[in-house]
Amino acid sequence: MAQLSWDLQLLNVCAALLLLLAFAMLSQRRIVTLVNLLALQGAVLCVATLLLAWRTGEPHLYFSALLTLGLKVIFLPWLLRRLIRQLEVYWDTEPMMNIAGTMLIGLMIVIFAFGLAQPISALASTATRSSIGVAVAVILLAFLTMITRRKAMSQIVGFLSMENGLFFAAMSATYGMPMVVELGVALDVLVAMLVLGVFFFQIRERFESLDLHHLESLKEEK
Amino acid sequence: MEFAFLLAIPLGGAILLGICGARRFAPDLNAFLSAGTLVAACALTARVIAEGNLLIAREQFFIDPFNVFLVTLTALVGCTTAFFSRPYMRVELERGRLTAGRLRLYHGMYQLFTFTMLLALTTNNMGLLWVAMEAATLSTVLLVTLYRTRASLEAGWKYFILCGVGIAQALFGTILLYFAAEKVLGSAGVTALLWTHLNSVKGQLEPTVLSLAFVFLLVGYGTKVGLAPLHNWLPDAHAEGPTPISAVLSGLLLNVALYAVVRCKVLVEGSLRSSLPSQMLMGFGLLSVGLAALFLWRQRDIKRLFAYSSIEHMGIISFAFGMGGPVANFAALLHMTVHSLTKSAIFFAVGHAAQKTGTQIMDNIRGLLSISPTVGWGLMLGTLAILGLPPFGVFASEFLILTTAMKEQPWAALFLLVALGVAFAAIFGRVQPMVFGEATGKRLPHAPALLPVFTHLLIVLCLGVYIPPYLAHWYREAARLIGGF
Repeated sequence: MAQLSWDLQLLNVCAALLLLLAFAMLSQRRIVTLVNLLALQGAVLCVATLLLAWRTGEPHLYFSALLTLGLKVIFLPWLLRRLIRQLEVYWDTEPMMNIAGTMLIGLMIVIFAFGLAQPISALASTATRSSIGVAVAVILLAFLTMITRRKAMSQIVGFLSMENGLFFAAMSATYGMPMVVELGVALDVLVAMLVLGVFFFQIRERFESLDLHHLESLKEEK
Repeated sequence: MEFAFLLAIPLGGAILLGICGARRFAPDLNAFLSAGTLVAACALTARVIAEGNLLIAREQFFIDPFNVFLVTLTALVGCTTAFFSRPYMRVELERGRLTAGRLRLYHGMYQLFTFTMLLALTTNNMGLLWVAMEAATLSTVLLVTLYRTRASLEAGWKYFILCGVGIAQALFGTILLYFAAEKVLGSAGVTALLWTHLNSVKGQLEPTVLSLAFVFLLVGYGTKVGLAPLHNWLPDAHAEGPTPISAVLSGLLLNVALYAVVRCKVLVEGSLRSSLPSQMLMGFGLLSVGLAALFLWRQRDIKRLFAYSSIEHMGIISFAFGMGGPVANFAALLHMTVHSLTKSAIFFAVGHAAQKTGTQIMDNIRGLLSISPTVGWGLMLGTLAILGLPPFGVFASEFLILTTAMKEQPWAALFLLVALGVAFAAIFGRVQPMVFGEATGKRLPHAPALLPVFTHLLIVLCLGVYIPPYLAHWYREAARLIGGF
């Protein structure tokens, strides 16, 4: 196998880190740490984007790296931490499944993700095509994080991690989406988080808790 | 020019009402702005009738037969709903279910919601379509939770998370679409997501990638259409939000999401040259019809009842688009139009009925005819129309869908007939005592705003008897565009 250039190797390291962080999030129950992991994932994503921008010389990738830095590394984690402090939700309750079991499912998901990404990677002409599988795995692991959690806050972190995965997928497969779309997506994520902030306070005001147990009364009448 | 107004009025209106939406005149201003949007939409329609398809602003927006009537429909229902909500929200305010501050939120978001839907319908860029769909969810989340009751917060959370996850799938689908398109159209990036460009090269797009993309796009946008088994958010959001919002969610948002699915289907089918997308649409459609028909029997809340009816109708439309071919597509487009008009009319009537009796539980609403004959008749006629009784338009479209299905998918036709029968019995059995039974409520001082109800029903009636030639022409053109196997 031919020697990979150093920037490509670094990109692969970034991909590996993203996957590792997705697993770390899957097992973490302390919500502040979860947010820190999310910020770290954002930072790795930002580095990967910068590397790719440098490699390909695409100007819009620099811009989206900047966007990632501002939004996902600085602003959103700050917002989430603030919400955590104000709402005093520090720990998630016992997850629906034990951690070992979740991890095992996570492993299977990764294998499945690589299988799913196989046809796409085979067709891609980008230098980063090997990491498409990682991106799909991050998306699915984030999804798993969401469905195994009970606190609204951890679900949101899962949601944002999924968005990171999507962003990484777009980057590895096509060197990023067109600028206008990327801006629109970033705007949507930002607005979603602001709406969510308002929403959390509404839930809090009504239930005195952010545990989603309270939000399970609307079931079909048997 | 007309087009600029079409988007600028609701966007500007959102800002304006965000500032002064709590004032006394805000409901009137909201209605006035929506009427302005409708005028712009009509002007645009007139121009399309005169000049044919339009590409606007360096191909970023386009109007073709498939979206022109949806734009007008969206503006129309948006306008009548604003007129309906004028007295409705005032009563809610007087009763103390809302504060003036929340009314400001309501008015601002209402205009923003209209804007996002019109943007989703007219944009040529598949990426922007995604952005607009997500923005439509976000602008309605806080409207669903407007009353801040426990149930409404729960409904809002469900809506946010389920549609958020769903729409994330659609984003992945869009990325895959871009990935395939970039190979053919080059990585200039600007044109590779434009639908018109994609449509012209759809035969060269990589089939494996596109079939994968379609799965994600269908699941993603399908969540917003409310296709079973992704429909969980829909009844809750409809039942717990304020009634004008139920009307626009059912009448407009579901249509716009389905529009996105069909746009994707056209591309994917052109690339795959197989019936896989059609079969998936038919499968989801039939499942939705069947499930909704069963769940209709269990409902006690009137808004939930009609929310399930929306799932059922979205299922029918998806099934018809899945069958494809000129007749079924034509019928599906007609059904989209008449369902949207009828369902919003029903929600208006239901809103008044619930306001008069102070409850949404069907067992506690009785004898509407003696409390308020117009509301009673509005609800009854709307129900008959949505159940597909002639001479209303729903009958015409359902008849076309069923006869086509008998020829092409006889088993499915049988299934549909049974499900429609079951749904008929469920809904009619519930609504009949509500309208004709012994009265429980008392007369209220304010007069209901029933003009929107009867306007909608009149249009549906007209469409059942006579379809204007240009509308029929658009339907046929769009049906040809959608094609199918």
